[in-house]
Amino acid sequence: MMKITKEKMLEKQGYRLHILPSKKYKTINIVAKFKSELKKEWMTKRALLPMVLQKATQDHPSPRQLQSALENLYGTILSSDGTKKGENHVISFRMEVANEAYLNDRTPLLEEALRLFHDVLFNPKSENNAFDEKIFNREKQTLEQKITSIKDDKMSYANMRLIDHMCKDEPYSYHVHGYPEELEKLTAADLYEYYQSFINHDLLDVYITGDVEEDEAERLIDKYFTRENASNQVLDEKKTNTQPIDDSKEIIEEDELNQGKLHLGFRTHTTFGDEDYYALQIFNGLFGGFPSSKLFMNVREKHSLAYYAASRFESHKGLLLVFSGIAPDVYDQAKSIILEQVEAMRNGEFTEEEVEQTKELVVNQLLETMDSAQGLIEILYHQVLSGHMVEAEELIENIRQVTMQEVVDMANKIELDTIYFLTSNEGGEK
Amino acid sequence: MKELVYDQLKETIYTETLDNGLKVFLLTKPDMVKTFGIFATDYGSIDQKFTPIGKDETVAVPEGIAHFLEHKLFEKEDRDVFQDFTKQGASANAFTSFTKTAYLFSATSNIEKNVETLLNFVQNPYFSDQSVEKEKGIIAQEIKMYDDQPDWRAFFGTIQSLFHEHPVRVDIAGTVDSIDEITKEDLYTCYETFYHPSNMTLFIAGNFDPEEMMKQVKDNQNAKEFADAPSIHRSYPEEPENVAKAFEKIEMPVTTSKCMIGLKEKVSGLSGREILRAELLSSMILSHYFSKSGEFYEELYENDLIDDSFHYETDLDRQFGFTILGGDSRNPDELAKRVKEMLHQLKERQISQEDFERMKKKKIGQFLRAMNSMEFIANQFSHYHLLGIDLFEVLPEIEALTIENANDFLKNWINEDRIAVFQVVPPQAS
Repeated sequence: MMKITKEKMLEKQGYRLHILPSKKYKTINIVAKFKSELKKEWMTKRALLPMVLQKATQDHPSPRQLQSALENLYGTILSSDGTKKGENHVISFRMEVANEAYLNDRTPLLEEALRLFHDVLFNPKSENNAFDEKIFNREKQTLEQKITSIKDDKMSYANMRLIDHMCKDEPYSYHVHGYPEELEKLTAADLYEYYQSFINHDLLDVYITGDVEEDEAERLIDKYFTRENASNQVLDEKKTNTQPIDDSKEIIEEDELNQGKLHLGFRTHTTFGDEDYYALQIFNGLFGGFPSSKLFMNVREKHSLAYYAASRFESHKGLLLVFSGIAPDVYDQAKSIILEQVEAMRNGEFTEEEVEQTKELVVNQLLETMDSAQGLIEILYHQVLSGHMVEAEELIENIRQVTMQEVVDMANKIELDTIYFLTSNEGGEK
Repeated sequence: MKELVYDQLKETIYTETLDNGLKVFLLTKPDMVKTFGIFATDYGSIDQKFTPIGKDETVAVPEGIAHFLEHKLFEKEDRDVFQDFTKQGASANAFTSFTKTAYLFSATSNIEKNVETLLNFVQNPYFSDQSVEKEKGIIAQEIKMYDDQPDWRAFFGTIQSLFHEHPVRVDIAGTVDSIDEITKEDLYTCYETFYHPSNMTLFIAGNFDPEEMMKQVKDNQNAKEFADAPSIHRSYPEEPENVAKAFEKIEMPVTTSKCMIGLKEKVSGLSGREILRAELLSSMILSHYFSKSGEFYEELYENDLIDDSFHYETDLDRQFGFTILGGDSRNPDELAKRVKEMLHQLKERQISQEDFERMKKKKIGQFLRAMNSMEFIANQFSHYHLLGIDLFEVLPEIEALTIENANDFLKNWINEDRIAVFQVVPPQAS
């Protein structure tokens, strides 16, 4: 029988602590997740803030000094990122430190690492209510470059443009790296002011997983994590927009490229926590989630139009996205084939056996994800985000209970919103 | 079956070379839910000239054929093997590198069946004229996808500048023209020569009984007939020590220029252990000077010559070796000049005992982190095995490195004739 990790959740001063003891790993992972609502005026600041925080603390006042301190702890890794999750924005700080048990050395590694983690979050290098000018300016430049170079990665760029058009009047269209015009105006004092609000008001969840004693992990985190001024607020779960679609849009843009990017956006009107969420998972598996799915088998294997053709869904916003890379001159053919697969799903053109196999694939994927420390934390945090706690066993049970009819219902529930094609500005294949 | 116990890492490997020459490695991971299997042949994109099994004369096969063959092994007369894995709740994949072709699956159930499927599909090829033709369209799109990726173009461009003749300079997927020449007969020639069990390794990691697993693999192999193990005659051109092109620049529609500095490494005549040591030392030294804690990184970053995209890697093999450093830069010429100066300065450097201890700690931490991943272990174990290196001996090997090793390495590492610069720049206004 499978062993699914036990989670111990504790309310602490200003945050929730999640302890997940596990013998699977030779390292210990600590993740701090800060959640706020999605607001346009915050996007640029929330993109830049983790970059600046990660660079220096009062005790380790230069990026190089901070990195050296991490390296001394057996190359402890610290990283951060910001993502949109439905109507929320989440900034994650992740730390991974070697487990002392595998070393010929008796340094209290975990405690030292937590002390550094604490300093990065709570004692950033600052002066007169502003971040260090030099670090701030350099990171500003890095972010500016990141914003401009999105265009160099055609797949992400096409995805961003699809969302721009599809969610035009919704917070979900806000750019996760922020906006150049706002970045330009931003000062080290502005960002510090925002930091104060962030550190005190964002909803914080802290996860620790690895081969640790529960009590010891709790004691150490208690020692370094307290948010005295924090209002341990629980944000109201904002229900995401589920308006029916009047008319689907078709948008074609040009760029200098060899391969066209065909991306389609659908509304699922289903988010994590909804009863038919499990049917959505099976729908996606049959439609485009695996190499055995309709998209792969038809767009790629049958018609040789693409190397990749797949779909995935956003669990908190209720979107299903299809993406494929095709020659510019087969746009109409590829589009028809993709839409035919949606129709086939709606007409129930799949077997009971395929539904059963897809359930096992989805369960397999879930279990595999839970074998990785970061994957497990992401799955558990999904539940925090949706305010809907489900034991892993129950998740699996729910997946296994999906019926063929529920998948057909889901296929009929999803609505095409936007077809986006990024094509060559030379009007055809070179 | 031999049992290799590694105390410090708390791991055990079970291994046996079967009568047909297949090398089998089993790693049990009782805490993991997932099982991961990889079946790999010592055959990659560089094996373009060889004497086919049963023939006397060397033949040259079209560029990209190893990768083409990898795609085609999944297709059988009546079905696609992805579907077989799907039916058994597993996900499957494959990759081709310069020196290796590997087929893999991961699953949390039906482990025995999935192992059978893995062994059987790789050992029962079915190629037809029609299916070969069909694959050409798919791989052409894969090639075009890479053509649009500036990072890939920069990486491969650097390798092409480093090597005059060696087929490592040929893109793994080939070109649209070269794959067009591939025939069913070519695929059989390559298959019969390189997919003999004696040229292959099977690595399975996960939650299973090693005795039973070994028996299953043996029974499977004993039921199949193979010709006597051939010794494979591969032919590689003479490769000069110096680089092919010291400087090269291509234009692409990128927003930010890219600049890579490549080092052609000396590997001829090195034993497996020497290759491992060189790989460890070069990565530790690069990390010491060019990671975020390094003095060179700090200087380049503060002078706005690099950003977060800056990275470095070393790849050493029996046939070839290279190190590549670089990333996005606003001033690619200045970056190339400074990095070359820095590399030359290394000759004069002496690493202090304190720094060296930190370098070792960082490397050990990195290694333990990587050991969390069964995929890493399985891939890297098979890769190292071909070089005569034991992955699980890497930890003691790092611990045994001395500061004299590092300083000796520094003295002899860099040579102007072995450096190449490759840039990707936006179209220049004419």
